[in-house]
Amino acid sequence: MLEKGLKGSNLYKGWMAFLLCLIGVGVLSYSQQYQYGLGYTGMSRDVSWGLYISQFTFLVGVAAGGLMLVLPYYLHNYKAFGRITILGEFMAIGAVAMCLLFIMADLGQPIRALNVMLHPTPNSMLFYDMIVLNGYLFLNVLCGWVVLHSHYKGVKYPKWIKPFIYLSIPWAVSIHTVTAFLYCGLPGRHFWLTAILAPRFLASAFAAGPALLMIIAMILKRTTKFDIGREAQDKLVTIIGYAAILNFFFVGCELFVAYYSNLPGHMHTLDYLFFGLEHDGHMYNNLVPFMRFSMGAGLIAIPLLFASRSKKSDGMLVLACALLFVSLWIDKGLGLVLGGFVPNPLEYVTEYYPSLGEIAITVGVWATGFFVMSLLYKIAITVTLEHEA
Amino acid sequence: MDSKRRKFLKIAGISAIAGIAAPSAFNSLLKGEAFASGGHGHQAESHGGGHEAAPTGKQYGLVVNVKAFADQPGLGEKCIHACHSIHNVPDYGNKKDEIKWIWIEKYENAFPEHSHYKRNEELHKMPIMTMCNHCASPPCVRACPTQATFKNQDGIVMMDYHRCIGCRFCMAACPYGARSFNWRSPRGVDELGKPFIKRRNPDYPTRMRGVVEKCTLCNERLVHGLQPACVEASNGAMIFGDLNEPGSEINKVLKENFTIQRKPSLGTKPSVFYII
Amino acid sequence: MPMYDMNKILPGLIVFVGLVTFPIWYNGGNAGAVPKPEKPANAKECIRPTAEMRTSHMVLLNQFRDEVVREGKRGAIKEAGGVTYDDKSLMLGCMKCHTSAKKFCDECHNYAAVKPYCWDCHLQPKETN
Repeated sequence: MLEKGLKGSNLYKGWMAFLLCLIGVGVLSYSQQYQYGLGYTGMSRDVSWGLYISQFTFLVGVAAGGLMLVLPYYLHNYKAFGRITILGEFMAIGAVAMCLLFIMADLGQPIRALNVMLHPTPNSMLFYDMIVLNGYLFLNVLCGWVVLHSHYKGVKYPKWIKPFIYLSIPWAVSIHTVTAFLYCGLPGRHFWLTAILAPRFLASAFAAGPALLMIIAMILKRTTKFDIGREAQDKLVTIIGYAAILNFFFVGCELFVAYYSNLPGHMHTLDYLFFGLEHDGHMYNNLVPFMRFSMGAGLIAIPLLFASRSKKSDGMLVLACALLFVSLWIDKGLGLVLGGFVPNPLEYVTEYYPSLGEIAITVGVWATGFFVMSLLYKIAITVTLEHEA
Repeated sequence: MDSKRRKFLKIAGISAIAGIAAPSAFNSLLKGEAFASGGHGHQAESHGGGHEAAPTGKQYGLVVNVKAFADQPGLGEKCIHACHSIHNVPDYGNKKDEIKWIWIEKYENAFPEHSHYKRNEELHKMPIMTMCNHCASPPCVRACPTQATFKNQDGIVMMDYHRCIGCRFCMAACPYGARSFNWRSPRGVDELGKPFIKRRNPDYPTRMRGVVEKCTLCNERLVHGLQPACVEASNGAMIFGDLNEPGSEINKVLKENFTIQRKPSLGTKPSVFYII
Repeated sequence: MPMYDMNKILPGLIVFVGLVTFPIWYNGGNAGAVPKPEKPANAKECIRPTAEMRTSHMVLLNQFRDEVVREGKRGAIKEAGGVTYDDKSLMLGCMKCHTSAKKFCDECHNYAAVKPYCWDCHLQPKETN
């Protein structure tokens, strides 16, 4: 079945070649980082996590988003999603692969990475993160491949795969909950220390993941004969829409708690993100335009999303999903992770700017994820279309 | 592929895996070496060391007399120099890569939880010696995925630089900003050719790039009955001792003086006290 | 026995075998000079017998590392011949006798193409001229 990914139209080949170039640039940059050390990036003593961990945090959410296709079909027999659960599972594979690559890129001593397995530490959230991420990768590869292969052979999937599929449902929730627990269990960082962090993560995940999937589905509609169908499309809009509304409701809750209670610990980071923080006569506000754009784009995207359904406009749908995806990417990627380090535990402000090499590695990892996704999607689409012919 | 060939390949594959795995598993079980020695072996120990200190064990701590430091200008810098020089702590000359085990803070930065409204001007000028608090309930130890940072039997929050994978989770977890990371190799030189470690102490290692480091209460000196370097250089302005030993000098000082601690509401139970 | 594509496989096979056995025939069967690590001048007995050190000094170093760093057990090591060495430390123990890493450690390590990362952090004693 793999050989289906090696053949394709010129558009497909061109796209894969383009991604390979980006991967190459990423690899070259990483080799420089490996030689020099993580000082190659823009991270510092005060902002000790930057682009890599922020991308990882966001992508865990995207991976968990695949759940929104699997759950309705396998648990509730929602037939319209039957053809597309494979897309959710393969997107999860690509996203988790990117997560693991970002973690490896971020380690100061990557060759010691196996220490996390050699010295199990049940009190550490990172230990559990390692387990759940690798487990989720394994589950999706197993389930996706077996189901698709059965489809390819023209038979129903074997009974023994069912428990694994059912397992992947709570497992998807667990990967993002554990990632949220990385942040919300740290007593020193008031911006992260909120019980609502895990629910917020899940809400944005269930909006961002399916939004990306929707964009990909629309691209597939244009470039191949694969159409997910009007019913599936409309239902996905419902899912994305509600998840997005919930996410912004949670953001509203955060803003209320911080600003109504007037507690400096909670407020200062939000000040830095949305209004700029004045400190020692200096105004720190490099993230303000991003965060404001994120809020605006997200709030516009939701009505646009629902409007696209009533107007039956694919163009509007893609725009809404793209706006939402970017909005959540900024919110979780930049806002959440970088915000936790400002101000630092000693009430100083150090801003963070990613270096060029850091951006190159980030782009390389994203390209790798999309490469894996494109390969798997090519196989899935080809098999599905051949089977239906 | 016909079913007979498939069956054969399945059996061959499983036998190969069993054949490779079995002898080594058997070996380690028999010799007991894999568990008893080397890295794994002391897993029970390091696990014990990895969690918070037993309440009956030692808990080394410090009392810092802030006024004494304020009255003797340059004393704080002397203590910092004592620590950073014997531990080969590099100086990169920029805030981004900065590594510091002990340093001087202003009152409002070391104690942000305290009120700074209409504070006495003198207080704002006092130098607060800041270092790892060696908490009794350290969030960094809870966070570390490999137990590279752990609480040892003396109550010191230790660093095992051999095991650290450089994930910097401990840096995110520390509520006091006590930890530094080696963003580059400390053995390099700057653009003018000056080494980052001005004069190497040949009796103590450096660290390598990619690991987190911090004050370890001079555990290598304690073994020889010496006090931590900063305490020795402090001319009596810092007191060191076992907080769990009832009659110790440090406990006497704590009974007789009003002391404050950094961020006590976080429940970390720091072992460093300040007499303001 | 007829084999398809014999004219491509046979040369390929010969090239492959040649490449795989390259280290053997390139050096004419010579395995290189036997490493000669320089023995310490000031001590006769090591903390363990030579044969045991040769096979498991890495395990011993790891064991000492964990005992010292993680368990705080910095005590003395008594060796069989009754001599006591105070320190399990690499820099302050082993290197007090084996003073030159280049003339001792590296001799065998270079031969076996082993690159332990000890010296990335630990400092080697100054070479005495």
